[in-house]
Amino acid sequence: MATGLSGGKGHWTRRRQRPLDAATVCVREKVSGESTQWWSHEEEWERRRSSGRQLTSAPARSMGRRKKDFPLKYFACSPNLTVTSSNEALASASKNERYMENGNIAAASPEEVRRSPAFGWAARDTSGVLSPFTFSRRKNGENDVTIKILYCGICHSDLHSVKNEWQNSVYPIVPGHEIVGVVTEVGGKVDRFKVGDHAGVGCMVNSCRSCHECTGHQENYCPGMILTYNSTDADGTVTYGGYSDSVVVEEHFAVRFPAGMPLDRGAPLLCAGITVYSPMKRFGFDVPGKHIGVVGLGGLGHVAVKFGKAFGAKVTVISTSPSKRQEAVERLGADAFLVSKDPDEMKAAWGTMDGIINTVSAAHEVTPLLSLLKTFGQMVMVGAPEKPLEIYAFPLLLGGKSIVGSAIGGMKETQEMIDFAAEHNVTADIELISMDYVNKAMERVAKADVRYRFVIDIGNTLSAA
Amino acid sequence: MAVGGSCSSHEYRSPHHSDRKKAMAELGNGKKQASPEEVHPRKAFGWAARDKSGVLSPFAFSRRNTGADDVTIKILYCGICHSDLHTAKNEWSNAIYPMVPGHEIVGVVTEVGQNVQNFKVGEKVGVGCIVNSCLSCQNCNRDYENYCPRIILTYNSLDVDGTMTYGGYSNMVVVNQHFVIRFPENLPLDKGAPLLCAGITVYSPLKEHGLDVPGKHLGVVGLGGLGHVAVKFGKAFGMKVTVISTSAKKEKEAIERLGADAFLVSSNAEQMQAAMGTMDGIINTVSADHSIAPLAFLLKTHGKMIMVGAPEKPLQLPIFSLILGGKTLAGSCIGGIKATQEMIDFAAKNNITADIELIPISYLNEAMERLTKADVRYRFVIDIGNSLTEA
Repeated sequence: MATGLSGGKGHWTRRRQRPLDAATVCVREKVSGESTQWWSHEEEWERRRSSGRQLTSAPARSMGRRKKDFPLKYFACSPNLTVTSSNEALASASKNERYMENGNIAAASPEEVRRSPAFGWAARDTSGVLSPFTFSRRKNGENDVTIKILYCGICHSDLHSVKNEWQNSVYPIVPGHEIVGVVTEVGGKVDRFKVGDHAGVGCMVNSCRSCHECTGHQENYCPGMILTYNSTDADGTVTYGGYSDSVVVEEHFAVRFPAGMPLDRGAPLLCAGITVYSPMKRFGFDVPGKHIGVVGLGGLGHVAVKFGKAFGAKVTVISTSPSKRQEAVERLGADAFLVSKDPDEMKAAWGTMDGIINTVSAAHEVTPLLSLLKTFGQMVMVGAPEKPLEIYAFPLLLGGKSIVGSAIGGMKETQEMIDFAAEHNVTADIELISMDYVNKAMERVAKADVRYRFVIDIGNTLSAA
Repeated sequence: MAVGGSCSSHEYRSPHHSDRKKAMAELGNGKKQASPEEVHPRKAFGWAARDKSGVLSPFAFSRRNTGADDVTIKILYCGICHSDLHTAKNEWSNAIYPMVPGHEIVGVVTEVGQNVQNFKVGEKVGVGCIVNSCLSCQNCNRDYENYCPRIILTYNSLDVDGTMTYGGYSNMVVVNQHFVIRFPENLPLDKGAPLLCAGITVYSPLKEHGLDVPGKHLGVVGLGGLGHVAVKFGKAFGMKVTVISTSAKKEKEAIERLGADAFLVSSNAEQMQAAMGTMDGIINTVSADHSIAPLAFLLKTHGKMIMVGAPEKPLQLPIFSLILGGKTLAGSCIGGIKATQEMIDFAAKNNITADIELIPISYLNEAMERLTKADVRYRFVIDIGNSLTEA
């Protein structure tokens, strides 16, 4: 890259991030022939501002890798620069490399996109091991609320993401999309929140706001939906999630926590809760007297049982573990319990259920579950097994049954769900942990060894290294 | 459509299966069983398959007398459904031989029982896939006889009196009036016969799932007996219809003759990609093994894919193809009697008939062979009235 700083003598090369250094997000190395120097991107901004030099956009002829390594806007300090489209740059960036977050494009000077420091824990690679990580959040915009995070639930999706199990992870990842905290700043156009309110953030932080899905309050199905972490936001920056001290989010994607709603036990509802609530409402499982099956008794499953009972439905839990029977019936209030591997128990329940919520993300057979459905019954898949499901045609045809997919829920129904949960005392069963315990907790999540959600006590245990 | 099916990893059987097994066991126990000609008082004849070769040949049997609630029909035409082939060859592991297939039956009433008010001698009527059900369960009471656990199919089924049902590749049939469909005057009998199975099989789920709304976009996968009728119904509902097929050469036919609005070749990745997220619903008529994930991606958010074909091997469904977009994969099996009558009336009003190749009964085995190769446009119909004579 011809930066003009060294008259072309040195050149910038791209390096992977300096390992184990919490102070840098991405690094570059200037090879001068004599020494190697390292900068963090915050330091780079300072250098450029103070150098007073205009930086050109002329490509370095010796730098064949420029376009791939450095999106042009990385060096967009001068308003006179023409900037290649950020999409082009983003598209060419390889998965292991990161481009700098500069908040705004082209003409904005660093002063205009001053970012607030933030601190959290991130996974750096597919091992999924998390460690302290310094980064930054955008400044609170006029439609934004800034939330000091108090609690963040650990969702199994966090584990899938940090380990790149869905083949879409861009490291470093700060997971966490069951975020609850207190509002510390509101933008000028915000009217639903004020400083001091309790608020939550779920799985989404942005969407296009104009497509058919968005206008129908189904932001979760917007093709341009931005996830709370591991997603590229509209301004080109990567989103970081709730295993951190703060989050800045547009008001539309923040959820108000009613007074009296426990924050720690309410946090998991922001993902687990809405994920089951949305299809239960959509498919009429919320009608009193209906018979609903819940497959899998984990984070999602136990909340589905609670919502089902709150709706007045008859709830049967279907599980592979007979040991969960007592818990399901006596503590969670399920009306019945079926061991899915017991053919007699299953057969006795054939054709008895109006609907089934299937929360299981391990590979499993769905044919025996379809037999439990009445005619026209629907099985809603909210778990996402890695391998494809094997679906025999006849069990669907004979009975007009359906398998439906569902992914979280829109913002309006998320708020509705939190309000309903507050009214009916539906909260998650949690194990509150300190930030330091997070890696151990992830290991236990992999073994489903938790009853039923870990929640990180961010407010009390997350501190800058 | 015959009940049952192979689900190798799971003991899925309709409730009928144990009855049928018992009946078969009794046959082997040395109890005296009347021959098919002697079981019932009235002589009948048709063509039956004797074994899983599926080859059909003349067959003498008998029908019951016209009961108080019965209608006796002289059969004029019978469509050949692919299910007839599956069943005759025991592909669904539930065949009882000798078997007289045929459940797209059209004919004229020759006798009615004393309780029968709705049909008169000389009327043109049809019989589809169902000849009996319990008429008292929740499904029957909601006009979903097709989902009755005690359903009795037109052939290869055990009737309430313990006898086997024989289908429409025959000269006459006696049916409970509830299961008889009136044919409006203007509906041609030969071209209307396939509607009694193919027609209702696509009509019923399109209505159930709201895929009958003008302006909505319907995909039809597979252009055969079911598929071509689905295109016609889709256009009659005022929908935009896209045919998805493996055979590029069907495009001209689909668009120019059947009236489809668009045609996608499923193996053409570019075409399929361009059509992603455009369809409100898809009706999948294909019974060969195929990949359904690419089809799921054609659906809009909350779109539905309805399976009416029954591939033998399980479908492989990556769950993200349903979760991203909140999509549905539904199954559907024929339709109730009320819906069947409604469908026939709708077809008559909108001039919807099947495209058929009319054949004499002597051509039957050859037609079955061509059917295995899908070499028919789009349904064979046997001209029973003019070609079936007692052997």
